[in-house]
Amino acid sequence: MSATAPLIHARGLTKRFGDFAAVDGIDFDVAPGEAFGFLGPNGAGKSSTMRMIGCVSPVTSGELRILGMDPATDGPAIRGRLGVVPQADTLDNELTVQENLFIYGRYFGLSRAEVRSRAKELLDFVQLGERAKSKVEPLSGGMKRRLTIARALVNEPELLLLDEPTTGLDPQARHLVWDRLFRLKQRGATLVLTTHYMDEAEQLCDRLVIMDGGKIKEEGSPPDLIRRFSSREVVELRFGTETTPPTVEAGAFNGLVVRAEPLPDRVLLYTDDGDALVPLAHEQLQPQSVLVRRSTLEDVFLRLTGRTLVE
Amino acid sequence: MNTHTLRSFEYWLIVYRRVWRGTIVTSFLNPVLYLTAMGIGLGQLVNRGGGIHHIRYLEFVAPGMLAAVAMQVAAVESSFPVRGAIKWNRQYHAMLATPLRAADLVGGHLMYVTVRVGVSALIYLAAITAFGAVHSPLALLGIPLCVLIGLAFAGPISALSAGADEEVFNPLFRFAITPMFLFSGSFFPVTRLPHGLRELAYATPLWHGVDLMRHLTLGTATLGWSAMHAGYLLAWVVAGVLLARWVYRKKLVV
Repeated sequence: MSATAPLIHARGLTKRFGDFAAVDGIDFDVAPGEAFGFLGPNGAGKSSTMRMIGCVSPVTSGELRILGMDPATDGPAIRGRLGVVPQADTLDNELTVQENLFIYGRYFGLSRAEVRSRAKELLDFVQLGERAKSKVEPLSGGMKRRLTIARALVNEPELLLLDEPTTGLDPQARHLVWDRLFRLKQRGATLVLTTHYMDEAEQLCDRLVIMDGGKIKEEGSPPDLIRRFSSREVVELRFGTETTPPTVEAGAFNGLVVRAEPLPDRVLLYTDDGDALVPLAHEQLQPQSVLVRRSTLEDVFLRLTGRTLVE
Repeated sequence: MNTHTLRSFEYWLIVYRRVWRGTIVTSFLNPVLYLTAMGIGLGQLVNRGGGIHHIRYLEFVAPGMLAAVAMQVAAVESSFPVRGAIKWNRQYHAMLATPLRAADLVGGHLMYVTVRVGVSALIYLAAITAFGAVHSPLALLGIPLCVLIGLAFAGPISALSAGADEEVFNPLFRFAITPMFLFSGSFFPVTRLPHGLRELAYATPLWHGVDLMRHLTLGTATLGWSAMHAGYLLAWVVAGVLLARWVYRKKLVV
């Protein structure tokens, strides 16, 4: 395999459960050293895709190559070179932090001495060194997550799969996890992650795909997607509960408004020049308050997958 | 036996390391209590009527209970722990994210059942020997026989635990394990059972284990009859392992 060959190569990748297509023919490649994200609402097919990449869920149809190998025939060999942080923790609460890490290393065939020395190093890396002998059960959600990340690194994986790594964590814990993942990225690790947090995707991903209904809607880097599907800035006008927000058309205010989105209590004006738009909007629409902010991936995401709750 | 299976076995050993003291105490107390109550207490009444097949009741019931304990230990270790490894601590999912395969999970667990049953059998055998219920060194073969009995139950029960929810455990113990414990010849000869039930008892793996165990401790085992019993148990082991592998794959690799 040459240095530039993709670590993951998928064409027409499909996963069906009976009649339901959880993943419906997706194409993507992940290059070495890249941080690649799957974004999407719940039920978009992110986790099913991750499970196929992790070689724990057989591919229904299509092509999938991981590290140049076929999951259908080389599952154990591929898994030996992956690190997996699953969506739901798979830690044994009755065992200690150290024991959980130790046995996981043993699953990969590491010698006892080797796994002990790595365990120490990894627990320090995720700031759990002092809890090594504590049982897992009383640990906080963030600590368990960090332990799961440390565990996923025990075999020095070439590819790290993270399925919603920070869901359910408080902001401090999230930032600590991001910081560790960022360090791994700097060391050249290849990360593949799923998330429905746009800030997480913007922080960590070099490139991402937005999934919905088992299909890939769009692909690109976060700035690229923002450029293509949103404007540089967003002006949010709030009108209070009494007033019905006015209708604003695209092209209004001398063409400054690229797109307008009415919401129950406010209007979002997508624009490339917020500073020029604000005084005009203030004068003509008399909103209760005005906020100018940079466009985010969340704006792209909501535009592409809609604001309707899918359940 | 490949090394992947050994790695999955090691997980169960780490778990066992935390609880082994308790299991040793139980394994020792159980035979002492049962043999005192049944073998000596109840036995006095039975012996007054001439014993069973002209042997003292203690000598009759002790090997029967040794075989039954192998079944019980295996059944307990293959029910909640297996369900837990799938649903509660999800350790089977952790294993499957590594090079281990479903067959390694089945194999590693059965190795653990072998150890658990083997240790309990050793202690039990020592106890019944101390009670004077053993008459032949053939009784030493009772330990591998206990393992065989244990595995005959561990295979199908771990398949059940992987395939069904934990609600299945109450009926399993109430309507399968406990009746087998009582009616498979451990406490009285199955020839006393009415027709129909007797044939049912002959079909249980436990009856084959009990009958062979009794011939071993009394020193009356013959090669042909022993091979038939062992072969029947082995067929359950093989079928159970194949079934468990299939269910594990179907439930965990989806």
